[in-house]
Amino acid sequence: MTRRRRQRLVRGLLYASAVAVVVALAAVADVDLLRRNFLDREIAATMFPDVLLIAARNTIVYTALAFTFGLALGLVLALMRLSSIGPYRWFATVYIEVFRGLPALLTIFLVGFGIPIAFQVRWPILVQITLGLGIVAAAYMAETIRAGIEAVPRGQMEAARSLGMSRGRAMASIIIPQGFRIIVPPLTNELVLLIKDTSLLFVLGTTPATKELTKFGRDILTARANATPLIVVGAVYLLITIPLTQLVAVLERRNARAR
Amino acid sequence: MGPSDTTGAQDGAPVPAIRIGGLHKSFGDNHVLRGIDFVVGEGEVVCVIGPSGSGKSTLLRCVNRLEEADEGSILIEGADIRDPDADVDLLRSRIGMVFQSFNLFPHLSVLRNLTIAQRRVRRRSEAEATEVARHNLARVGLSDKIDAYPAHLSGGQQQRVAIARALSMDPDMMLFDEPTSALDPELVGEVLEVMRALASEGMTMMVVTHEMGFARDVADRVVFMDEGVVVEEGPPERILVAPEHDRTRRFLKVVADG
Repeated sequence: MTRRRRQRLVRGLLYASAVAVVVALAAVADVDLLRRNFLDREIAATMFPDVLLIAARNTIVYTALAFTFGLALGLVLALMRLSSIGPYRWFATVYIEVFRGLPALLTIFLVGFGIPIAFQVRWPILVQITLGLGIVAAAYMAETIRAGIEAVPRGQMEAARSLGMSRGRAMASIIIPQGFRIIVPPLTNELVLLIKDTSLLFVLGTTPATKELTKFGRDILTARANATPLIVVGAVYLLITIPLTQLVAVLERRNARAR
Repeated sequence: MGPSDTTGAQDGAPVPAIRIGGLHKSFGDNHVLRGIDFVVGEGEVVCVIGPSGSGKSTLLRCVNRLEEADEGSILIEGADIRDPDADVDLLRSRIGMVFQSFNLFPHLSVLRNLTIAQRRVRRRSEAEATEVARHNLARVGLSDKIDAYPAHLSGGQQQRVAIARALSMDPDMMLFDEPTSALDPELVGEVLEVMRALASEGMTMMVVTHEMGFARDVADRVVFMDEGVVVEEGPPERILVAPEHDRTRRFLKVVADG
């Protein structure tokens, strides 16, 4: 038997066994039961329009707030890490290591319950959300931004300085804009992760008006003892995340052409 | 040593554009510059030649403090730039620099490459900066590329834009760090032509180069460096044709055979 024929045979067997597994599972499973518990049209219908107008909207707003905050703080941290001043570098390193090492849920808890206990203040829910998610996001984004800045060739800084720009001016006008172009793909990845991490915000005790997608779905799941809301909510997540990753693929291709 | 006796400003003699005295520079254990004395007069074109690793690029980069010298003095138009209180940014804005690898800003159009430092450093208005940029693009023969991005230009065009970018700051002098070494052979000529025109307009130029033809035709003075010292210097017809030192002869022979 030639090498190619053997390869084709192996692949055929793989496909055949995959189909066999699916057929076996379908035969064993109670399809009707599955449909009633996961695809109940009546329950799905009751979720609209709130799943879009309240839950999806909140998820997007929370993500945008946390992303903006995380990006700004992440940029500051990245510049601190690249600073020639020791204490700045140490602070940034400790911050990044701590908040990348802790579970995001724990950090959100700390912001939501630790700060009120420590300072006797209760901040508006949007502030808690922005801080809770943003503090974690900043730690991840700082490392991404640092990598982007370091990927800009050294000659760029030298050329900017040789024209009389200060280090800060050169960073702002020449280095950072180029660094950000380089990190558009990993930053989008952070954004998608952040969208999914908004599902942790339930621990802050959201009200009907401030529920995000996961909490919204879970509450109906509990009330109706039916898993359909999870399917609907999952579809809405994909409706947000997939266009986003596709958009970035387009931007990346355009960027590659411009270089 | 006071500044008055290093600038040579007696009897109304002009202050040289660049005066370097006793310059030393090491990278770790590597002693790259070992006591350099070097002058570029106002309006003079000086070519620095020598084998790679001779320290000529490092010397050039010390002039606008892209490298910090360890010891010695560097006077630009009579002012000591190694003074800790010296305004390095102001100094650099008066010294144009052209790099081997062009170093255009790839995220900016040609026009913005030429205006960004004018706007941010010189604080010129948008209109004035654009006017200056147009003028300098015309000087290097690239007026039609004003809206192009660097990636769409050939190496020779990029280097000409880089020269125009430096000129847009109205520098008192220009430093060239092997400006044609990264170019394909057929693109070298257009860059040298621009530099030739600049020299004939009276620009003060310090050029580190391997282009012996350019040094012969354009330089007022040629400086040969080897192993961190100036071996000899003089008019091109002497240094390039009848050098005194063996090391210079050997180098010229290698370059000619290359």
